[in-house]
Amino acid sequence: MKLTQLIKLTNGKLLTNQPVDYIEVAGAMGADLMSDVLASIQPDAVLLTGLCNPQVIRTAIIADIRAIVFVRGKNPTKEAIQLANEEEIPMLTTKLGLFEACGILYQAGLPSFEKESHKD
Amino acid sequence: MAKKQPVISDEYAENITRVEELAYELRIHEVMTENVYCLDPDIHMERALDVFQEQRFSGAPVTEAGKLIGILSIEDLIRALRKSDLEAPVRDYMTTSPVTLKEHDPVIEALKTFARTKFGRMPVLDEEDNLVGIITKGDISNGLLDALQRDYHAEELIRYRASHLFEDIVSSRTSLILRYDIRKGDFIHGGNASSKIKRALLRLGASPQIARRCGIAVYESEMNLIIHTTHGGTLRVEIEPHKITMEAYDDGPGIEDVELAMKAGYSTATNEVREMGFGAGMGLVNIKRCVDEMRLVSTKDRGTNLYMIMYLNDTEHSKTSD
Repeated sequence: MKLTQLIKLTNGKLLTNQPVDYIEVAGAMGADLMSDVLASIQPDAVLLTGLCNPQVIRTAIIADIRAIVFVRGKNPTKEAIQLANEEEIPMLTTKLGLFEACGILYQAGLPSFEKESHKD
Repeated sequence: MAKKQPVISDEYAENITRVEELAYELRIHEVMTENVYCLDPDIHMERALDVFQEQRFSGAPVTEAGKLIGILSIEDLIRALRKSDLEAPVRDYMTTSPVTLKEHDPVIEALKTFARTKFGRMPVLDEEDNLVGIITKGDISNGLLDALQRDYHAEELIRYRASHLFEDIVSSRTSLILRYDIRKGDFIHGGNASSKIKRALLRLGASPQIARRCGIAVYESEMNLIIHTTHGGTLRVEIEPHKITMEAYDDGPGIEDVELAMKAGYSTATNEVREMGFGAGMGLVNIKRCVDEMRLVSTKDRGTNLYMIMYLNDTEHSKTSD
């Protein structure tokens, strides 16, 4: 799914400054626990989360996450936005809840990229 | 009160593009056209017309003994044509005292001058006012595009050089050791070292899967050092052609029951840590899942050593799935 389409579907607001026209995400995962994200997310996914600190971006770098969506209208700190800009990880915020945002994207055809933990 | 300086806010600074930065970094001599065709002031306008037509010029500087004395443009030629005055010397029709630029000025100066004067080209002078080149808006566009491309190639080159490190340097056993000091409670920078380790591995030619798995293992270790240690600790990564050895060690407080600590869901973390998205008792479990070998040695009040090994190009040891 194109990130531009995802922004439209979630009525999201882009927080980072790099162009996103060509960015696509292959799947999605919704979680607040970064250890779970590290354990379960497959590469090139978008992460939907209510957690709002620089650790989310570090997790994205390490786990090859393509984009981050903050739910419930949350806004990360200036430092977090700066880090995301440096690392070129697009971030957006939506007023939707985690459940609702995930539901809308799933219904629009975006698959779950959350694999079962501890399965090798 | 002193004259107010324009203030660049953080918000504005964040939106400065690489192209804008380059306009300040690049110097005029880096983008200008050198070896410019110069006209002699005493040739006839007719001859200048021939040159312009042959060379497809729309303007050229006029020099006398290496010094710039004017610039002749197509407009000047048209004026002479209208008066049927092509026998006149260039000196009579050229624009004298043209606006010039200095070769060591940043490109932004040229852009500003173009915007202010509406000229199509400007002569460039060296420190002694000798003509060294000419600059057009096209030269600036090309120069900026080249520079952007160089930026891109620079990263490619770093990657290339790094990936050949082990081939270029010959020894009985070559390894590269990276060390990162991790401070206790430094949540803001948590993951910074791991991001650098992951990038280093990619530059050294590790596959994205290997880099990702090592990244997850050292990230969880880094967070453990930040969360659980007394004084912080060290991340040490030794890279060899056939394996990557990662170590996280500290000087306390040590783990009371290592077996219990290895259990999924067991955690001693505080609520504050849990709010950061960690401390759910999954760290060590995650690490074990990512690396090929893991060993945890801990002595109460002495400290903890966590060894993690990832084998490269060795199907016997390495986990195949990611």
